[in-house]
Amino acid sequence: MNEEKSRTLADLKPGDHAVVAGVGGSDALHRRLLDMGLTPGVNVLLQKTAPMGDPMEIHLRGYALTLRMDDAKNIAIRS
Amino acid sequence: MSYTFALAGNQNSGKTTLFNQLTGSNQHVGNWPGVTVEQKTGTMIHHHHGKQTHIGLPSLRRQKPDAQSLPAEFTDVKIVDLPGIYSLSPYSMEEIVSRNYIVQDKPDVVINCVDATNLERNLYLTLQLLELGRPTVVALNMMDEVRHRGDTIDLDKMQKILGVPVVAISARKGEGLDELVRRAMDLADQQIYPARLDICDGAAHKALHAIRHLIEQQALAVDIRPRYAATKLFEGDELMMEQLTLSPDTRHIVDEILIAMEKELGMERAAVMADTRYRFIERMLADCVVLGADEQGSMSDRIDNVLTHRVLAIPVFLLMMLMVFYITFGPLGSFLADGFSSLIQAGIELIASALVTWGVADWVRELLVNGVLTGVGSVLSFMPTILILFLLLSILEDSGYMARAAFLMDKPLRKIGLNGRAFIPMMMGFGCTVPAVMSARSMNTQRDRRFTIMLTPFMSCGAKVPIYALFTRAFFGGNQVLVMSAFYLIGIGMAILAGLVLKRFVFHGDASPFLMELPKYRMPTVRNVLRQLWDKGSDFLKRAFTVIFLATLVVWFLQSFTLSLKPAPDVQSSVLGSIAGLLAPIFIPAGFGNVAASTAVLTGILAKESVVSTLAVLSGVDAQSTAMLTAIRSVFPSTLSAISFMLFILLYMPCVAAFAAMRREMESGRIAFFTVFSQTAVAWLVATVVYQAGHLLGLG
Repeated sequence: MNEEKSRTLADLKPGDHAVVAGVGGSDALHRRLLDMGLTPGVNVLLQKTAPMGDPMEIHLRGYALTLRMDDAKNIAIRS
Repeated sequence: MSYTFALAGNQNSGKTTLFNQLTGSNQHVGNWPGVTVEQKTGTMIHHHHGKQTHIGLPSLRRQKPDAQSLPAEFTDVKIVDLPGIYSLSPYSMEEIVSRNYIVQDKPDVVINCVDATNLERNLYLTLQLLELGRPTVVALNMMDEVRHRGDTIDLDKMQKILGVPVVAISARKGEGLDELVRRAMDLADQQIYPARLDICDGAAHKALHAIRHLIEQQALAVDIRPRYAATKLFEGDELMMEQLTLSPDTRHIVDEILIAMEKELGMERAAVMADTRYRFIERMLADCVVLGADEQGSMSDRIDNVLTHRVLAIPVFLLMMLMVFYITFGPLGSFLADGFSSLIQAGIELIASALVTWGVADWVRELLVNGVLTGVGSVLSFMPTILILFLLLSILEDSGYMARAAFLMDKPLRKIGLNGRAFIPMMMGFGCTVPAVMSARSMNTQRDRRFTIMLTPFMSCGAKVPIYALFTRAFFGGNQVLVMSAFYLIGIGMAILAGLVLKRFVFHGDASPFLMELPKYRMPTVRNVLRQLWDKGSDFLKRAFTVIFLATLVVWFLQSFTLSLKPAPDVQSSVLGSIAGLLAPIFIPAGFGNVAASTAVLTGILAKESVVSTLAVLSGVDAQSTAMLTAIRSVFPSTLSAISFMLFILLYMPCVAAFAAMRREMESGRIAFFTVFSQTAVAWLVATVVYQAGHLLGLG
């Protein structure tokens, strides 16, 4: 995805809600993010980050998913 | 008559519990052909064809179905447990194995286990399974929790929309299993295929239709359902392109179709398909599900607020790990392990004296008692430790805490190329390398398992404590704590170093993305925990027995005979002593190039516990006596050579029992051998460098 200067999931703070705008990442990661339900338009809540600041726990589609900050940077959001 | 049912579902969907319920103890664990993904198969427990019968407490039933003795209307059903997966993408071995199995082996029925408390994401796989076109039944698992939450699911509506039977079950409580089996048998008997299901609309629908039309012949030619093939091509699936052997022209047209669609929808192809599936599910759930007030969910959240709290999480985690460690290796664990060992010892002595009374020839008695029985005993003596550890670990796993532990520890472990799940094996390594290596199975990919297992032996195991203790007393006076901590830290330091090196040169590139579901907290069930204990215990006995047993026999032989195959009067004149004599010069640069030290190194390969006793026997003193300290000081002439020896013991290959476990869990004897060989080489290098450097500095 080449949205310039767009905000990503990695910019959220605990308690923030956001809507996924687009999903990037290389083949395997891209597909895996989509498969886990991170599709454009889905609502996401950043529940918390791990005590050491990374990874993060997000809630979407009725379940909790953990992913790393580096991977979260591939998910563009609009608030 | 026989049928095959394939069991498919997400991780954490309760699929394993369902599999255990359906098959009882008739299970076989192996690998999928050609790949190292675990394959579990089982025979379904008796049931009367077409009628409802018991599915009471199947795992307690041991009898194998005997086709001969059964009336004709019984049908043998083989159940194949597919790996826990979230999708049928071409990017993981587990997913490829699953889709190829269903397409090529054509199981009579696919049973799709779905977590009914988490429908939206679970049904994503369901839609993909339906594309495969096999007779399918959806088992909505954990319906007891759904009821408890006050949610209602309209099953009739759901099965109308999906076009396949939907059955409400609770695998944990054994509810609804009769009905599930009955529906699956009906599907198999009458070969009822899923009704046509159209999930897409607009531009996506047009594109899918066009692709399907284009590749229909090629798909049929290789016996793949055109609809499934078209969907996969739509997603840009390279694997399907290869399977269909499409001409460059066709590939090009497919691409053109998809590019046009991407332009119209403003979304990339794989995203379009994922989005289409999820939107279909959202619509369906809006129709079929009425949510109640979620009491239990908030309970799980409250627990989680403490267990992954910003400040409390790490202390709670460390406390939890300390507790696991303390119970397994502390007073309780050692009481059971020691008790069990003395029981074995008593048994061996009993047999030994019986052999004397029966007048069995000396050499036969020697072989049986010191070779065979001692070998069996040493294998068995690991059992209490393994069972306690896995009892605790499976409680942590089933409760959902293990996923949180991985969540907490991911960041530090990532620095050395691993992920959070590697923490448990690493920590257990301080107790015993054998169960530590076995616990690496909870890691998701083979790369992560192998990587973790390579580092585990650097965690100084419990059997090395007496060695450090003895040497500390002989050379460092009262600095027990300081010396011990230093050696533990050196081990950890070497693991980090080895991790960085391995990450850079061996395991680069293919680290799988760390995307992990955090399941709700659940009360572990006794049945599941016991089941895992049984699996781990019997697995260890089966796999480790041969290696450890053989190694014990070989060492016994080497210890008991001289080079001319006469009974050896003492260890020095045995084959082992001769080998140690040949080996000793290798350790001269490291400062302990004598026969006694080399023999201790050799017996340490069998068990680290033997190092001290070997040194005692060779010096002709009691290991507990103060004479032992003097004896040790004469074997190791300087403190520097003692430090060098301790470093070597800390770092060199783990015992044969650990090697056997490594071989099994790494799924490669070659890699396991390479690992222990490198460890020994590194140990020698470190010992030598330290000794030589110390010598130059005038410390030796």
